[in-house]
Amino acid sequence: MAAKTTTGHEGCAVSYLEYTVKHTPSGVRKVLYLNWPLALLLTAVAAIGILMLYSVAGGSFNPWAEPQAKRYALGFAVMFVVAMVPIWFWRNMSVLAYAISVLLLVGVELVGVEGKGAQRWIDLGFMRLQPSELMKVTLVMLLAAYYDWLPIKKTSRPLWVLLPVILILIPVALVLRQPDLGTSILLITGGGLIMFLAGVHWAYFAVVLTAIGGLVTAVFNSRGTDWQLLADYQYRRIDTFLDPASDPLGAGYHITQSKIALGSGGWTGRGFMQGTQSRLNFLPEKHTDFIFTTLAEEFGFVGAVSLLALYALIIVFCVASALANRDRFSSLLTLGVAVTFFLFFAVNMSMVMGLAPVVGVPLPLVSYGGSAMLILMLGFGLVQSAHIHRPR
Amino acid sequence: MKRPTRDNTESQKKITRRGLVLGGGMAGVVGLLGLRMRYLQVDQADQFRLLADENRINIHLIPPSRGRIFDRSGRVIAENIPSYRINLIREQAGDVEDVIARLSKLLRLNPEELEKAREDLAKLRGDTPVTVADRVSWEDISRVAVNAPALPGVTPEVGLSRHYPMGADYSHVVGYVGPVSDRDLERIDAPDALLLIPRFQIGKIGLERRREDSLRGKAGTKRVEVNAAGRVMRELDRVEGEAGADIQLTLDNALQSYVTARLEGESAAAVVMDCETGDLLACASTPGYDPNLFVRGISQADYSSLLENKYRPLPNKTVQGVYPPGSTFKMITALAALEDGQVDPNETVYCPGFLKVSNRRFHCWKRAGHGNVDLHRSLRESCDVYYYDLALRVGIDKMAEMARKLGLGVEHDLPMTSVAEGLIPNKLWKATTRGEDWRIGDTANAAIGQGYVLSSPLQLAVMTARLATGRSVSPRLVRSVDGVEEPPKPSESLGLNENTLREVRRAMYAVSNNRRGTAYGSRIIEDAFRMAGKTGTSQVRNITAAERARGVFRNEDLPWERRDHALYVNFAPYEAPRVAVAVIVEHGGGGSSVAAPIARDITLQALYGEDPPLEAYPSKDRGRIQTQQEQLRSRLDRHGGEDNDRA
Repeated sequence: MAAKTTTGHEGCAVSYLEYTVKHTPSGVRKVLYLNWPLALLLTAVAAIGILMLYSVAGGSFNPWAEPQAKRYALGFAVMFVVAMVPIWFWRNMSVLAYAISVLLLVGVELVGVEGKGAQRWIDLGFMRLQPSELMKVTLVMLLAAYYDWLPIKKTSRPLWVLLPVILILIPVALVLRQPDLGTSILLITGGGLIMFLAGVHWAYFAVVLTAIGGLVTAVFNSRGTDWQLLADYQYRRIDTFLDPASDPLGAGYHITQSKIALGSGGWTGRGFMQGTQSRLNFLPEKHTDFIFTTLAEEFGFVGAVSLLALYALIIVFCVASALANRDRFSSLLTLGVAVTFFLFFAVNMSMVMGLAPVVGVPLPLVSYGGSAMLILMLGFGLVQSAHIHRPR
Repeated sequence: MKRPTRDNTESQKKITRRGLVLGGGMAGVVGLLGLRMRYLQVDQADQFRLLADENRINIHLIPPSRGRIFDRSGRVIAENIPSYRINLIREQAGDVEDVIARLSKLLRLNPEELEKAREDLAKLRGDTPVTVADRVSWEDISRVAVNAPALPGVTPEVGLSRHYPMGADYSHVVGYVGPVSDRDLERIDAPDALLLIPRFQIGKIGLERRREDSLRGKAGTKRVEVNAAGRVMRELDRVEGEAGADIQLTLDNALQSYVTARLEGESAAAVVMDCETGDLLACASTPGYDPNLFVRGISQADYSSLLENKYRPLPNKTVQGVYPPGSTFKMITALAALEDGQVDPNETVYCPGFLKVSNRRFHCWKRAGHGNVDLHRSLRESCDVYYYDLALRVGIDKMAEMARKLGLGVEHDLPMTSVAEGLIPNKLWKATTRGEDWRIGDTANAAIGQGYVLSSPLQLAVMTARLATGRSVSPRLVRSVDGVEEPPKPSESLGLNENTLREVRRAMYAVSNNRRGTAYGSRIIEDAFRMAGKTGTSQVRNITAAERARGVFRNEDLPWERRDHALYVNFAPYEAPRVAVAVIVEHGGGGSSVAAPIARDITLQALYGEDPPLEAYPSKDRGRIQTQQEQLRSRLDRHGGEDNDRA
């Protein structure tokens, strides 16, 4: 791949050409330059996940823990391979990757498999691919490449702001059709945050946030009036989120039971495999979206905070790597993957702790699920590649 | 093509700056999540731990066994027997209809029960056991158990169910139990959690209902861990309940059975009371019904036939039935007049066969009249005119006062259903309830226990006991609860003049022992057990002048429901009273011909404690009595054999 020749466009600053590649490690030595602490942290989190899946299965490697372990091994291999490939190759792949992801999302519309009432998967035979997951990483790649390509002076010009917004909204629209509100929110927030990192003017964000604030206020104030903006059942969903006790057997059931599981953990928890809430099936989705509650119930505050600390450390290592990287694409990509990862666990934890509505976001690397894990590891592969191939 | 270095540096600075801002934001969110964890897991931990336990722990009630009921000598009147039922669990059955079809080949399934079971199976959760056959025999249970492999989801269950081995004998006194109904729950303010157990039995009527609190006992509890689907995972611990208290009655089973048998075939009631303690020794109302039918859930057909029976088997005629006491009220009138000094026992009143009161003729039962009548003769021969005369002298209010003193028109405190107050009228009563003035004719009617006067057989027995002892004897039904005696209510002197009382008793003695007494035909020969009594024949209709003229008021010529009630009250032995007896035969005819022989037989049975020797009867009756005794004995034996019927 002729990485060094993609400099054709006038005014297009290709940042990685500004450093000498000769200092970049090559061959087997790359392995030594891998961000090993980050790899260890990821493995630690995945190990916790496998342990919890073993517990919720009632002390059995099947049906969840063993496949999850195999997938993590595969994911780690994917990360390793991606890391070995120079970052400029990935930069050049960005547009293609984005285009493929969009096509897959369209494909889901046509041949997708229904799962839990939403079309999300394409069955590839050996695994089920969730294109919306893939989109999370490829969108980050595309936006990082876009701002790497865009001269910095143009960053805040309306037209050049509108373009990435459209690039974000295309997959969001497709994902919403599935319908998958959680992923849509993650895509919008993740994309917006990358634009923010790239240096788009504060005012744009201020306007958007104000508009959202105004809309929310309007929605609430319109309730019961002639110009009511949402249907009644939608308001009831909001009510359930705000006060789960109002509908303890309906939609509020998940949240109430989840809080009970968390709370009953106490300081040190009920002990491994002793959580009554999960063992007796009071917890919904205990191996996927709500797996954190099992951890919190069995290992208590100490266990929950430990996991949170591991996640925070992963973010810290990513941010440190990004800030130390003088390559614009690499920094933005690394920060973008970190933000996506952050949004995953922050939304999931808020959800199970009753701070956010239940929107169906898994706990990264811990929840049972193949494609989410593989794609996250792919993302961290990119981060590793940026780390290894950074200008020195 | 190199980008100006400055531009690059600037852009890197911006990314760094914004990256730090974002990093700060993320750190803030992580901090917030940490705080939330702290709040939920440390600050609120106790509350959530409690909620988690509430989730997983269900408290199941263990129904206590109901207290048993015994007669005074310890014979079982109400007991709990194992009851076998067959439950079906839908989840485990697979094809429910197939299992039911196979089950119906093994035992007879009640179509009604099956219909309800099908409904429940469709409605209730899959792991709920639904009863498809209740009260099946041990043989049927065994047959099901042997075939268990072919009957998935079928489980035999043993519970306790009420059983009344004496059948109808105690149907009115003891009553019966039945499953809690919605109406029962409405009636009770703070229902015991036990009542919410499906098929839990509570007292519906009679003693079973009135003493429900003692009999029920306290529920035990069993804590079980359940999963989210409600399936029981394991038992955590259990607290045993308290069985209900056993109740011993004052009734004597042998006597009660005898009385019931003796009254059989009539719509009648009899009460036997201990004169000293007030203990009810027998308290029977016929016809009865089998309380076991109600425990099982009586069929519509059986219930309709009970309701439509003109002899009214359901009400307890001993305490609930009120009748004009007729001539048995004459002792009251006499005592009221004597106590008030209106008449002297030796004073005579002339009876021409009627008394004209405000232009209306009040007739004596003896149309030709009794001639000169004193107290003794008036009671012995039951002269009506004598009492019209006395009543007009003493007035209704004094009579009513005396009646209440002797226990009429008063609700006696007994643990039975609908214990009637009866009715003893006075001037105030008529003014307030009828809005009419008391008439002199009303007094004349009341004098012979007709008109407004109403009393129950129980009240008449109490009256007789009080006459016999001169003390305020109160009836008692429950002898002890859980082995702790319930003492009889202390009786005190009624404050009546002993001489007048003696005169009245002597006259009552003459009723059954004097050749001219109205109950002489039903006398007791055995000297130690001679009785003193009073006949009564109370009209349930007015005899019109035309009927009187035609002479058509022979009972046998009238339809059953218009015939007179036959009454008899007595105490015995005359010298040292032990029992007081009141008998009423609804529409039975004359007190002397119908009620008195029954009362005599009951009295002898009570005093001997077994079939009396024939020597106790007048010699010319002995042949007939012997036949009657044999008949009753065989009836009682047959009845005893019914105990083992399959519930």
